[in-house]
This record gives sequence, structure tokens and C-alpha cells, in this order.
Amino acid sequence: MNLLSHSALAVGMPMAEEGAHAPVVAPDMGAGGVFDLLWLVIALPVLGAVILLGVAPFLPPALRAAVDKHGHLLGTAMSVLSFVLSTVLFVALLGRDAEARQVGQQLWTWFETGSLTVGMDLLYDPLAALFLLLITGVGSLIHVYAIGYMEHDPRRRRFFGYLNLFVAAMLTLILSANFVGLFLGWEGVGLASYLLIGFWQHKPSAAAAAKKAFVINRVGDIGLSLAIALMFATFGTTDFGAVSELAGEADQGTLNALGLLLLLGACGKSAQVPLQAWLLDAMEGPTPVSALIHAATMVTAGVYLVVRSNFIYELTPVAQTAVVVVATVTLLWGAILGCAKDDIKKALAGSTMSQIGYMMLAAGLGPAGYPYAIFHLLTHGFFKANMFLGAGSVMHGMDDDVDMRHYGALRTAMPVTFLTFAMGYLAIIGFPGFSGFWSKDRIIETALAENLVVGLLALLGAGITAFYMTRLMLMTFFTSKRWEKGVHPHESPKVMTVPLIVLAALSVLGGVLLLGDWIKTWLEPVTGTVEHHEPPLPAIVITLIITAVVAIGVAAAWFLVGRRDIPREAPQDVSFATRAARADLYGDAINDAVVVRPGAGLVGGLATFDRRGVDGAVEGGSLAVGGLSSTLRRVQNGFVRSYALSLLGGALLVVLALLAGNLR
Amino acid sequence: MTQYIVLSAILFTIGCVGVLTRRNAIVVFMCVELMLNACNLAFVAFARQHGNLDGQITAFFVMVVAAAEVVIGLAIIMTIFRTRRSASVDDASLLKY
Repeated sequence: MNLLSHSALAVGMPMAEEGAHAPVVAPDMGAGGVFDLLWLVIALPVLGAVILLGVAPFLPPALRAAVDKHGHLLGTAMSVLSFVLSTVLFVALLGRDAEARQVGQQLWTWFETGSLTVGMDLLYDPLAALFLLLITGVGSLIHVYAIGYMEHDPRRRRFFGYLNLFVAAMLTLILSANFVGLFLGWEGVGLASYLLIGFWQHKPSAAAAAKKAFVINRVGDIGLSLAIALMFATFGTTDFGAVSELAGEADQGTLNALGLLLLLGACGKSAQVPLQAWLLDAMEGPTPVSALIHAATMVTAGVYLVVRSNFIYELTPVAQTAVVVVATVTLLWGAILGCAKDDIKKALAGSTMSQIGYMMLAAGLGPAGYPYAIFHLLTHGFFKANMFLGAGSVMHGMDDDVDMRHYGALRTAMPVTFLTFAMGYLAIIGFPGFSGFWSKDRIIETALAENLVVGLLALLGAGITAFYMTRLMLMTFFTSKRWEKGVHPHESPKVMTVPLIVLAALSVLGGVLLLGDWIKTWLEPVTGTVEHHEPPLPAIVITLIITAVVAIGVAAAWFLVGRRDIPREAPQDVSFATRAARADLYGDAINDAVVVRPGAGLVGGLATFDRRGVDGAVEGGSLAVGGLSSTLRRVQNGFVRSYALSLLGGALLVVLALLAGNLR
Repeated sequence: MTQYIVLSAILFTIGCVGVLTRRNAIVVFMCVELMLNACNLAFVAFARQHGNLDGQITAFFVMVVAAAEVVIGLAIIMTIFRTRRSASVDDASLLKY
């Protein structure tokens, strides 16, 4: 019997424990109608990937040339169709009652061993609905943009195949109704990110960055796979429904372990400290990939995992505290990196790390924070995709130069890019009225209510964010021209600017999701009701303080960057803090010292032991036998008389033995 | 009775020492024969003591084998002598490690 239907049967049963308990996931399996097409959301991009990657190489040359030429349109169409379907599903879900907004679909039984059954089941609820819209919506815009961006790349078909694979894997991750299916998508995302970060594999740096991302993600995956194994051992199932129902009966140690292991998984995918080192190197991929990784897919997976596992985190304050600590460290870490980077994409990557830190922080604060974590995730998806694609547009016009010290005064040369980028900028620093203002404001407010120190650190992060984003903005679009010789910045083609305009509009208007606390109500079936903590100050005062801190950050950037001449080469006589931030706060050095070198030492020691010890014993034994035999060989000297003597000796021994035997 | 056995032992020892110490293949050969006949003597002596014919028959078998051995052995010695101009057993020591 399938476990999902088992949990569906349990609807309405009294819960084992009273009190702070996350709602049980109990999807309606027979919703019918448009919900029967749920699988198609994943199947469409899968189909695109299969055609572009699996089928195209085996086609006859003429047909293959056609696919090479028009494959990008197919890939984009699949993504757009998936978005249309997601929208239809969203509207259908809106039409249902709040309690009935969990819809499931059983596709087939994936595998069955002993008492363990894992179904290929899908779960569509308010959380998944929002993610679906973000992934397919922003993903489609990125597909469209990539048509222009990758126009001259000879391997464009393959690129779009990978993009479709990425989107499909992310959708599997989101729609799966059990942790094993989630893990399938999780690994698919890891694979696709590896392929895309290393897409320009002729560059050694890109190949190394892809490997780095893959390996660090594997570390996180160990956490997730161990958590899944622990779930099998404890609950006998990994179904969201069944686990959410049974979690209350598990003992505290198991729950703590589950929460921490899931956090490790989330750290890997979402680039949280201590598994953050891959994110900045991942900028080696083509810019649409960076946008996809940072806005719509991949890094949001960790936040999704924590929010989706709310039924576990609700029961383990230890793991929740760990999430908050990790998130707070990361949001400051990323912000500090963003201040020192001259590479426009790396500065944006630092800001992603920081913003994901905000989301994780909100997710670690419990039911009060979950809606805002998702809200910030959505608004961040809009403005970060907007800014990454904007940065790609700038690079496009600057002959793929990424050094902001070579930019300057680009606002007149590329007005559309500038205006759209400015919308994203105002959103991320939290300019009143823009989408980021609403979401970050709510997160800081909630953090202040839950824990004053964490709240103040988040507030500090907002100030630093304003500083480095203003610095980026000033160095790129304002100040004096510092262009390389022979560079003639120009506006990008329509196919690239239209997605920018759409994303800019979303960056401005994303805040509407908060109207009347819509997102909180919408997510309530997933995250549970909120136990309200009153913030230490009235909300309006907090908002004013945040805005003031942001203004200070912007002003600081103006005084330190905007007013002065920016040297074309990065100054070398800088403070220790700047040097540390330029070196990614020694993240690589720490990894190297803590993991790589001890690991290499261990492996080296094992290799030496293998060579000297194991091989030594085996080879020594054979050498001893060989030496002995070559000594004994000398006995065969060819002299008949010595043989006769041996014979005699032998015969005497036999006689003596017989005699001894007889005498006894 | 004892005298026969003592003689047999003396003859066997002489033959044995001869096989081990002499180099000439013909002499070695003769010493082998000596040892065989020392055995024959012992067989016959014991047969007489026990009063049956087992030992006597064995002695005949030994003689037959010895005759065959002489034929083959002398032929080999002849052949070696023809090719190497030597009857020393130590010279034919190529078959070794």
C-alpha cells in the first residue's frame, strides 16, 4: 500500500500531542481536474532536455543541424509551457478552500523493498505553488534572455538542454511528496549546476569551479542522505505526510539529529557557512546560469528544505537555533565579501549569500518567520535575477569584462540596463516601497521580536547591503569612465532587455504579495498558525530605524566610493579587513587547513601504509620464499655422487624411523 | 648365520663407500652390483633361517633386475664415453640448477 494514501486516510485523526505542532501534510489524492496534469509541469522541461541532450546527437546530420539552430526555441518553449501550466494550477489552487489546498498525485511506485515503499508521488500545496511560479516564471525569462546572451556560442543547443534539465530537477525537488523524491531533484540540481558552471569547460577556472561546487555540494548531500536514512530507520517512511504525523512521537535526540543533518544539506545547496566557498567561484558559468542558480533554483533549495521540514524543526529547538546561527553568520559573511569584490558578478554572489542568509534566518525563527522567508525568497528571486541579467547585459556591452574598476558612467550608454538594474538595486537595499523593503523589513522585525542580538545583526547586515550595493551601482553606472581601450558599450538586444524590464517590474511590485498579509494566510496550511511575539518597538519605529540604517549605508558608499576617483587597479596597501574580504574571508584557506590538508595527509598516510605495510608484507613474503628457494636450488648441483649421498641419508633416516617405531 | 649377515653388511658397506667415493663410472657400477649382491646374500641367508623360499625368489628377481640394469647402464656409460672421452661421473654434471 502506498504510504501517501496511508497518510491521507489519517486525516482527521487526533494528533498525538497538543501545543506547537506543525500541520500534518495530508494531500487530497483525488482532486482531479487540472491537478491531474501536475506531472506535466516536470515532464515538459524533461522532454526538452531529453530531446536537446539525448536525442539530438543521434539524429542524421541535416536534422541535427536544424535542432542545433532552433533548439533554444524548443527549450524556451518547454519552460514557458511549464510556466503557463503552473499558473493554471495556481489559479485552480486559489479556487479551493484553505483546508483543501494540498493536492497530491501518485504516479507510480518507485521502489519497494521489504516493508519500505517509496512512491513517485507529487505534492502540490501553497508552498510548492509559489516555488513553481518562481522557478518556471523567472526560469522562462532567463531562457529568453539566454537566447540573446548565448547567440554566438557554438554549443547553444546543449546549453538550453542543460537549462531545461536544471529547471526539471528543481521542479522535481519542489513537487516531490517524499524526501527520497526530493533527494532525486536535489542531486539533479547538483548535476545540472555542475554541467552549467563548467559549461565553458575549455577554461580551467570554469572546470575547477564546477568541480568545487560539485564536491562541496556532496558534503551537504551527505547530511541530507543521512537524514533520509535516519527517517527510514525511525519512521519507516520518508513521506512528508507520514513523517509530519509521526514526528511528534520520535525522541528528542533523533529529532535534533534530523534537524541538524537537514541543515547540513541546506547549507551545501544554499551556500551557507561553512559550505559557502563554492558560490563565488560558480560565477565562472555563463551569466544566465548565475541568474538561474541565484534566483530561481539551486540556492533556494536549502530554504525550501528547511521550510518544508517545518514539522521537524518545530520539535527541535537545538536545530532551530543552529539554523539561526548559521544564517546570521552567513548574512554578515556574504555582505562583507560583497564590499570588497571588484568583479561585478562576485559582488552580486556575495549579496546572494547574504540574502539567502536572511531567508534562512527567517526560516529558523519558526512559524512566525516561514512566510517571510518564502516572501523574501520570491522578491529576491525577482531582483537578483534582474541584477544578474543586468550584469550580464553590462558584460555583453563591455566585451565580457567583469571588473567594475573598468566600468563607470554606463548609465547613458545602456539606459535600459541601467534603469532596470536600478530597480533591482533599490529593491535589494530596501528602498521604501520596493519589494525588498517589505520582505527584509518583515524578517528583521521578526528577528528582533524573537532575539534582540540576531535582530540587530540582521539590521547591521541591511546597512552593509546598502553600502556594497551602492558601491556596485556607483562603480558601474556613475563616476567617471574607466573603460578599457577599444570598448564601446552598447545597449543589449531586445531579447535581453525585455526580460530585464519584466523582472524590474516584478522587483518593484513584488511587495503586493504582502497586501493584507496575503502570503501569511496563503502559507498557513503549510507552516501552521503563528504564535505571536511582540517586537520590542512598534513596527513603524523599526521600519524607520531600518530605513535610517540603509540610508547610512548608502551615504557611506557615496563618501567612500562615489566622491573619489576610483583607481583602475585595485589598491594593494589596504587594511587587513579588506584583504581578508578580498580573499573570501579566507574561506578557501580554512577549508584547505581544516579539510583538504588533513584529508590529504590521511590519504598520504594510508597510501604509505599500503605501500610499506600491506605491500611490504606481501612482497616481503614472496621475496623470502624466493630467496630461500634460490638458496635451496644450489642443492641440485649435478653431481651424481652427492645425490647418492642424499639418497643414502634418506634411506638411513627411513630405517631409523622404522626401527624407532618398532622399538616403541 | 650371523657370519652371513656380517659378511653381507661388510659387502654392502664397501659397495656404498665405493659408490660415494669413486669417480670412475665403471667402478661405481661395480660397487652398485656389490651392494645388490650383498642384499642377495642377506635374502638367501634369512630364507634359509626361516625355512621358506620367499628370500630365494626375491634374490632371483634382484639378479634379473641387476642384469637388465647392467645392460642399460653399460650402454649409457659407453655412449657418454664416446661423446666426452671420459668415464668420470663428476664430468657429467650439466643437468643442474
